[in-house]
Amino acid sequence: MNAGRKLAIGVAAVAGAVLVFVMFVWLPRWTTRATTAGTVGAAAPAPAPPAASGRKIKARLFYVADSGMKLTSVERDVAYGEGAVAQAREIISAQIAPVVEPLVSAVPPGTALRAVFISEGGEAFVDLSRDVVSSHSGGTLGELLTVYTLVNALTENLPAITAVQVLVDGKEVETLSGHIDLRRPLAKNLTWVQ
Amino acid sequence: MHPRKIPFFPAAVASVLALAAVLSSQTVPAPAPALTLLAREGRRALPLTIAANQEMVGLDDLATAFQLAVREESLGAITVSYKGKTIVLTSDQPLVSVSGRLVSLPAAPARSGPRWLVPVEFISRALALIYDARLDLRKPSRLLVIGDLRVPRITVRYDPLGATGRLTIDATPRALANVTQETDHLTIKFDADALDVPNPPLPAQEPQSLLRAVRVLDATTLAIDLGPRFAGFKATSQPVDTTSRLVIDLLAAQTDTGSPPGTPPPAASPPGTPPPATSATATPPSPPPPELPSFFGQAAPAIHTIAIDPGHGGDDAGVKATAGASEKDVTLAIARRVKGVIEARLGLRVLLTRDDDRNVAINERTAIANNNKADLFISLHANGSMRRSTSGASIFYAAFDRDAAQNATSGGADRVPTFGGGARDIELVLWDLAQTRHLDRSAAFAELLERQLRDRVPLATPAVDRAALRVLESANMPAVLIEVGYLTNPEQATLLTTDGFQNALVQSLFDAVVKFRDTLAAGGTP
Repeated sequence: MNAGRKLAIGVAAVAGAVLVFVMFVWLPRWTTRATTAGTVGAAAPAPAPPAASGRKIKARLFYVADSGMKLTSVERDVAYGEGAVAQAREIISAQIAPVVEPLVSAVPPGTALRAVFISEGGEAFVDLSRDVVSSHSGGTLGELLTVYTLVNALTENLPAITAVQVLVDGKEVETLSGHIDLRRPLAKNLTWVQ
Repeated sequence: MHPRKIPFFPAAVASVLALAAVLSSQTVPAPAPALTLLAREGRRALPLTIAANQEMVGLDDLATAFQLAVREESLGAITVSYKGKTIVLTSDQPLVSVSGRLVSLPAAPARSGPRWLVPVEFISRALALIYDARLDLRKPSRLLVIGDLRVPRITVRYDPLGATGRLTIDATPRALANVTQETDHLTIKFDADALDVPNPPLPAQEPQSLLRAVRVLDATTLAIDLGPRFAGFKATSQPVDTTSRLVIDLLAAQTDTGSPPGTPPPAASPPGTPPPATSATATPPSPPPPELPSFFGQAAPAIHTIAIDPGHGGDDAGVKATAGASEKDVTLAIARRVKGVIEARLGLRVLLTRDDDRNVAINERTAIANNNKADLFISLHANGSMRRSTSGASIFYAAFDRDAAQNATSGGADRVPTFGGGARDIELVLWDLAQTRHLDRSAAFAELLERQLRDRVPLATPAVDRAALRVLESANMPAVLIEVGYLTNPEQATLLTTDGFQNALVQSLFDAVVKFRDTLAAGGTP
């Protein structure tokens, strides 16, 4: 009887601790993350300044060079993400956020991030909304710059990521606009960066 | 030869090779598509279902064939277990979790009545990672090789060359072959456990006086049925990347007007010799111009057919200029001009992958070139940039993401192997890598074309570049993609539609083709 009561109290204590963790640690983090993902790609006039209180990391983001023929890299503060997936999500969110002149993004406006997955082997799957296809201006070069903006943004900033595959609306695609083979993850390629 | 593998296998494998023939010879309705499983123990067939252009296989069939435990869980999850390892599928997701790792599939699992269907790639991309024998999916041949069997894929090509003819037989991965002459045929015996060979091995063609047919003799042997003019042969073999290439030159018996018996064919025409402008039907049939090159192991260095691919089409307009011009219209207009000029002035056959405003899938474009044995593939496009000032024409040839492929093979047992490992989709990779063996000539043609374009049209800097271009990767011939200029640049958009620009571009292409052909005919690398 006595032992039974002790067990019941122990179970209640553990359940209480789990509840406290869920309510005060896990749930707030989860909702913050969901909110971040939800606002990605929303039309904002300029890159959203990161919240003053949040931790930041320095990341190299990629934009179209003045010549229009290559990418150029720019160092930016990006919100800190706990773990590779969260950090990858923050980097892509910052990379596809609308920018103002003189920066020009190779990712079509309106493109939203749906999800990021990372395999154990370091292959990242970046799932974007259909706007990345439907709003793309086309051309081999335009497509190259879009693809390697995304590939390089992750592989350059997160060494654990060796290759990136772009998914559209959760599905594998052959190409974005009829040129670059996207059926397999692509490795970092800095030849398209000046 | 590895005697341990051969003795008990041929009967089962011969039936695999003859599967299509057997099925089609019976007076039954067209056979349902099936995936043939080939293992040391024998073979069996798994029925395939085609849904939304995907070849799907039943999870229950896979469970039986591979001793898998399949369980339907709550919330649309399905678990597939094998010896303590688990794959988790979700009913509406084209991603599966293999022992905790995410792997993508071309389509989500689909329910068909009480059964679950999964794309065949599930076998190579997911099941192969947890199964304890090698699984090598040959999707084009609908073949799954289980274990360490050596089953090279065989392709046969025949090129009549004047009075002689050349058979090129590729075995991938490499397999040595032994050629012997019987009374009326040659036998080619491969050092392998079985052959993955199309049926028939050589597509039907005009009756040849040297060669009648190529057929499968048994599990590891092909037979070449010889024609009445056959007098002798010369065989050489050499490795080309992961392929063993066997070249058999069939020599013809002397005719009334031919050369003396036993005389080898004369050397190729001297460099720069112009070909006849057109092929007149009244030309006397003999003696045909002998042009057997002196080196073996290379594709016959002649250009008979050129495939021109006008980019985009139908509801895929490509790049649209603000002033109205669409990429699909510019590329079609230029392609038609190229066809007219090359056919009229060089007498070569020019194929267009589309000759009107319609959608053509990327795979189909390359397939048209491959199936018609084109000797050169030229894809025409107009470019787009996020900056309006970008301008100039560029020429691309294929690049392969070797780093990614290398990562996939070198990362240890946890990685998704591709090259040679066979656990991912090895056949997909091989088909996609068809262009690798032509890269030198593709690069050479790109350089030639750049020199011709340089003083005639505005060029980008650099003018020649490389990229993982989907339409070039599977082209089994030298192949380039030309971006003729930028439709996102208003000045260029106007220029690209003018007769002057299009004619200059066509003339450059024409001159590049002539130089390419002449250099090949001279036996050199352009």
